[in-house]
Amino acid sequence: MDNILVIAQVFDGQVKKSTNATITFASRVAAFTGGSYSVMALGDDLSGQTEDLSHLGAQKVILAEAPGIDQGLGEQWVPIIEQVVRKGSFKIIASPSSSIGKDVLPRLAQSLKAGMASDVTDVSYESDNLFYVRPMYAGNVNCTVQITTETEVVTVRQTEFDPFEAIAEESPVERIDIPPPDMAVERIEFNGFEKSISERPDLPDAKIVVSGGRGLKSGENFKIIEELADLIGGAVGATRAAVDAGFIHNDFQVGQTGKIVAPDLYIAVGLSGALQHVAGIKSSKVIVAINKDEEAPIFQVSDYGIVADLFKAVPELIEEIKKTT
Amino acid sequence: MKIIVPIKRVPDPEKADKVRISEDGKQLIFDGLDWKPNPFDEYAVETALRLVKDSGADQTANEVIVVSIGPEEATHQVLWCLAMGADRGMLISGDDRELDATVVARAIAKLVKKESPDLILMGKQTVDGDSNQTAQMLAGMLGWPQATFAGRIETPADLSSATVTREVDGGSATVTVKFPALISVDVRIVTPQAVNNNMSPPDELNRDGARFASLPGIMKAKKKPLERLTLEDLGVDTSQRVKTISYSRPAARSGGIILETVEELVQKLKEEARVL
Ligand SMILES: Cc1cc2nc3c(=O)[nH]c(=O)nc-3n(C[C@H](O)[C@H](O)[C@H](O)COP(=O)(O)OP(=O)(O)OC[C@H]3O[C@@H](n4cnc5c(N)ncnc54)[C@H](O)[C@@H]3O)c2cc1C
Repeated sequence: MDNILVIAQVFDGQVKKSTNATITFASRVAAFTGGSYSVMALGDDLSGQTEDLSHLGAQKVILAEAPGIDQGLGEQWVPIIEQVVRKGSFKIIASPSSSIGKDVLPRLAQSLKAGMASDVTDVSYESDNLFYVRPMYAGNVNCTVQITTETEVVTVRQTEFDPFEAIAEESPVERIDIPPPDMAVERIEFNGFEKSISERPDLPDAKIVVSGGRGLKSGENFKIIEELADLIGGAVGATRAAVDAGFIHNDFQVGQTGKIVAPDLYIAVGLSGALQHVAGIKSSKVIVAINKDEEAPIFQVSDYGIVADLFKAVPELIEEIKKTT
Repeated sequence: MKIIVPIKRVPDPEKADKVRISEDGKQLIFDGLDWKPNPFDEYAVETALRLVKDSGADQTANEVIVVSIGPEEATHQVLWCLAMGADRGMLISGDDRELDATVVARAIAKLVKKESPDLILMGKQTVDGDSNQTAQMLAGMLGWPQATFAGRIETPADLSSATVTREVDGGSATVTVKFPALISVDVRIVTPQAVNNNMSPPDELNRDGARFASLPGIMKAKKKPLERLTLEDLGVDTSQRVKTISYSRPAARSGGIILETVEELVQKLKEEARVL
């Protein structure tokens, strides 16, 4: 009868799809344990998201609203979530492995004296125990772990769970009182947020991703990646080398230490396919590689490859797609 | 300023695909793989060295301490970091199979009580376990502020705080943490202008990436203090919260076909793969 608390991911006024994937995870766990799941959101003002949150099949929607907590600082969020966990006797706390989830949940696990599994890709149940599968070694090893504490904390890899589809029924909504923050709040000050501007789909949600690497040679040249992405409704991604060189904002790095993507179509342009990059694209349905070096490792994981100069092949590809659609 | 940098050894990150699994799925096999410092930890050492460079009225008041929990062989990685320029090393003996993020955080928390550093600098994750937990757990345990996933750090001349640009979903967030504090670093922290201590000359560019240990550095490292401790010495509670059950190999992708023209590619994507 163990109950689950899902921490929703709200950004820029929207309940992110990663929340829906985490709900799918929670509903599977609830089916195993015979318990139920509730969803909790934290922010300055959640009135715009309450409707969406209340159609996720949750036992309850728990809202923690207070000025200045939008940014998801662990020092602010942990005492608030901890209070909800203790009052509601939640045994499993799950969040998307977004940057907020990664930042806050380990600190939460610590304060709950709970063990934690990061970036969970699968879950099973046997003899009253939950077993979590999670990737290690840049996705080259899967590890099955068991959390041995009474409370269990997990972050969920969005791309491995289909997003939960909203249902007609409405969950009851509860607004909670905010407890005093962690003392560490006095030693941290939030100065600002610089948004990476993009009208394109979020990388982890995208059905098509076009990524560029060092082979693009400049930020200016990266425009052909954007042009191709826009033509086919894709998101834009990049390698660490491309981000380090300043071609594009760090928010677009794909890989072991960047975003994990799983589109239907991934087009890799002028990137070598280092294992740290491949770690982030392995679950893509179809991978296309365009690289002038036929020995590039990316061809070992791609379904279709073109050995060519990208500055010739990409404009040709754009023309060909325009011609045939 | 006193900085503690926890480091871990990992099998060669460039060969993560060569890690093998025992037949019963209970163990990992690292035969034939070299051991290296976890790259993020090396970046944290580099960051610490950039922060203390030319800073403080009295250079001797600055100290960078590297600490590793691992087998005796991890001495190599501690020495490597000393050769990069850290001042003092510590090796706490421990076996990976007996450690989880919580045990590691507890051990470092004990050292913090002993050493009272101003700052703990850590890699955001180890590239073996890829968990990204220890820093945040440790900050929570100590009741310290945490600035995770740092891509840039700036410190004022009095070294009382750090302004950290964090790489997060949707953009970059900037926070200022007052010391004592914990910062975990992301890959961009080793780009040339990512660390600014307002003391090193502004026109001075760092190299891209973490520095290598020089030959003189290696000679010097051997003379630097290296203390050996055990978890028992430190009185660390060694009960784990997460148990490893087994390992398995994820489904592999195999290479496909090379096409001659973009016409062919578009046709395949439309008619064969049906993704366009
Ligand atoms: C701790 C750590 C974490 C990391 N995390 C990540 C991560 O999350 N994501 C990530 O991507 N990387 C990551 N890396 C970096 C990774 O190891 C590689 O260095 C990086 O992915 C290489 O980027 P690249 O493929 O763009 O560049 P390169 O490896 O330099 O490849 C460039 C490619 O472009 C091709 N090319 C050049 N010009 C042309 C042209 N005109 N036409 C066609 N092809 C051309 C070349 O043949 C080459 O194959 C990490 C590394 C470390 C140490």
